[in-house]
Amino acid sequence: MNTRTFLQKIWPSVPILLAALVITLLLLIVSDNSPLVTYEALWTGSFGSADRTLSTLAFWVPLLLCSTGLLVTFTAGLWNIGVEGQMVMGAIGASWIALRLSAANPAIPGWIIIPVELLTAMGLGALWAALAAVLKIRGGVHEIFGGVALNSLAIIFTNYLISGPWQPPEGGSFRGTQPFPQQALLPLLDPSRFSPLSLGLALLALLAVVLTLRGTHWGLRLKALGKNLRGAFILGVSSEREAILAMMFCGALAGLAGSVRVLSWFDSLRQSISGGIGFLAILIVLLAGMRPLWSLFIALVFSALLNGGTIVQLRTQLHSSLSGIIQGTLVLFVLLFGDFDRLFGPNQPQSEVMEVADE
Amino acid sequence: MSDSDLIKILASILAQSAPLMLAITGETITERVGVINLSIDGSMLISAMTGFVVALNAGQALTAAGIPGDTLPILAGFAAAALIGALAALLVAWGSIRLKQDQVAVGFVLTLLLADMANFLGQNFTHIPGPSVAHTPIPILKDIPILGPLFFDHDLLIYSTLLIVASAWWWLYRTQPGLQLRGVGERPQSAFVRGVPVNRLRYLYTAVGGALVGLSGAAFSLDIKLGWSDNHILGIGWIALAIVIFGGWHPVRGAAGALLFGLTKYIATVLQQSFPQVPVVLFNALQWLLMMGVLLMVGSDISKRLVSIAPEALQGPLSRMLRVAPPEGLGQAFLED
Repeated sequence: MNTRTFLQKIWPSVPILLAALVITLLLLIVSDNSPLVTYEALWTGSFGSADRTLSTLAFWVPLLLCSTGLLVTFTAGLWNIGVEGQMVMGAIGASWIALRLSAANPAIPGWIIIPVELLTAMGLGALWAALAAVLKIRGGVHEIFGGVALNSLAIIFTNYLISGPWQPPEGGSFRGTQPFPQQALLPLLDPSRFSPLSLGLALLALLAVVLTLRGTHWGLRLKALGKNLRGAFILGVSSEREAILAMMFCGALAGLAGSVRVLSWFDSLRQSISGGIGFLAILIVLLAGMRPLWSLFIALVFSALLNGGTIVQLRTQLHSSLSGIIQGTLVLFVLLFGDFDRLFGPNQPQSEVMEVADE
Repeated sequence: MSDSDLIKILASILAQSAPLMLAITGETITERVGVINLSIDGSMLISAMTGFVVALNAGQALTAAGIPGDTLPILAGFAAAALIGALAALLVAWGSIRLKQDQVAVGFVLTLLLADMANFLGQNFTHIPGPSVAHTPIPILKDIPILGPLFFDHDLLIYSTLLIVASAWWWLYRTQPGLQLRGVGERPQSAFVRGVPVNRLRYLYTAVGGALVGLSGAAFSLDIKLGWSDNHILGIGWIALAIVIFGGWHPVRGAAGALLFGLTKYIATVLQQSFPQVPVVLFNALQWLLMMGVLLMVGSDISKRLVSIAPEALQGPLSRMLRVAPPEGLGQAFLED
């Protein structure tokens, strides 16, 4: 690709980026804050030092895992809003092993405990996703509604565990469980909360998904399902089975993301384990228009915004929702004015949210 | 429990459900004309914030100018909230009609964005007292036994809500423009061939529905759940969207769904007091289980099976009551040329 065609391709995104910038600028000015100070804090907070860069990477991993999973469900034409709850269930699964198995048997080494934790997390995430899929297919409950409800239920379940059965022995606090034993945590790159192993797993998952979607029969069937349900049915693709599998695959990766959160970023199960990472991953995939490499890059930018946002909040007392506004505006503008066709294809019938399995 | 206690409880359930009724009626109108406004959860949050902040500031400004009283500020708050709700809804309609983008995608991103914006812009107004809608019993009518305390011992918001639900029903099912509205949602092509300006009507009714959603947000912050806090009413919009389906895209059935929801919440609170040993958080789960439950009822064949157990004479009316079908043109953009 020569420079000219590259510029032509890139051109439409320039006004979009500018517009998003202007909107956040306006918000900052309306709320009486200096944009310069804010943007500077955002930068130093995300890449300003080795320490901050490593914590940006620590946010990158769960975002990457969730968006990789969503590549699969979006390909199958499914709106897996429940990715947030699947992540929370994964965190619960990993915490369960860490608190009940590892804390009771300190002799079990990390190289046994950690795989068990990760697999349990993936299993619970997949199970939660399967629930949304079955509700859709057997119950006629659209996956958006099932997802929203299951997200809330997963968070309520976490709160129950933290304030009930998994309450720390010193009691009282509604913030988290007691810290997990050292051998139950992922090996960290000192002195940060970043686990290189988890990044390796995330990149591996992305590679596997790219290869699967491009080169395997299953990938083709998912695409057929996403493009046209009736057509897929005629071709003999069992839409129910593929849809459940796609959801479970995404749920497993989201569960893994949840376990990374509790086993590296935190060292215990906390009240807000996800902090909107699942929703953010949906925005990433929408923004990337299903292109895996783009989602890799956008996930990095978004994790920088997420991580930098915490420093902005400390320095300027600005509300932490600022990063969300920047990200949301960006995605909304791309959706409205960008090329959304790449996501669902020109012949894709629009999502039928309200499909009710009557008759 | 005496009779008057029961009536008091029912009246309070009615009052508590009013904001939800407004949102459901609004979304019902929007979806009836063929547009899914999935942004209403965020939209309600930001209009709740706007309504509260505008009423608060207008109140201070007017008091400084020597015009005390809550009425004008409250009206300003509701107007601002309706405007915000209408604008959010119009954005979804515009994205679909003009830009040919997916309504679900735009609505979903918008709901996240508006929630963040509400929390951001409202950060200096959390947990402070502000104006609230005044209690206005209607003279004479409030003294009618049973009906009086049930319907006529509330505030203006509650009366208006009931009027709005009734007018929405009347407009949809008893007027010529209402027939057009439904026609545009069901068969946009046929409506267009008959000379109905499909997309103009879609803009119009989406804005009207969005304004009602906005009013619903302000109804929370100025009446039912006073004030503003982070994520003040997060999640209620999704419940409203589900009840629109449960109500079969019918405003009166939607309002009944809101009452049912309010009743269940009330029962949960009572149970919570009677069984303190059950963790409180589990009661929080109830509204989401309920939401999935009602969607399952209308979405799967569970309801059909339930109907088949009923006495034969009841089966006909029961299945008519439980059958719901979305407007056929729902969620699809219509190309006029």
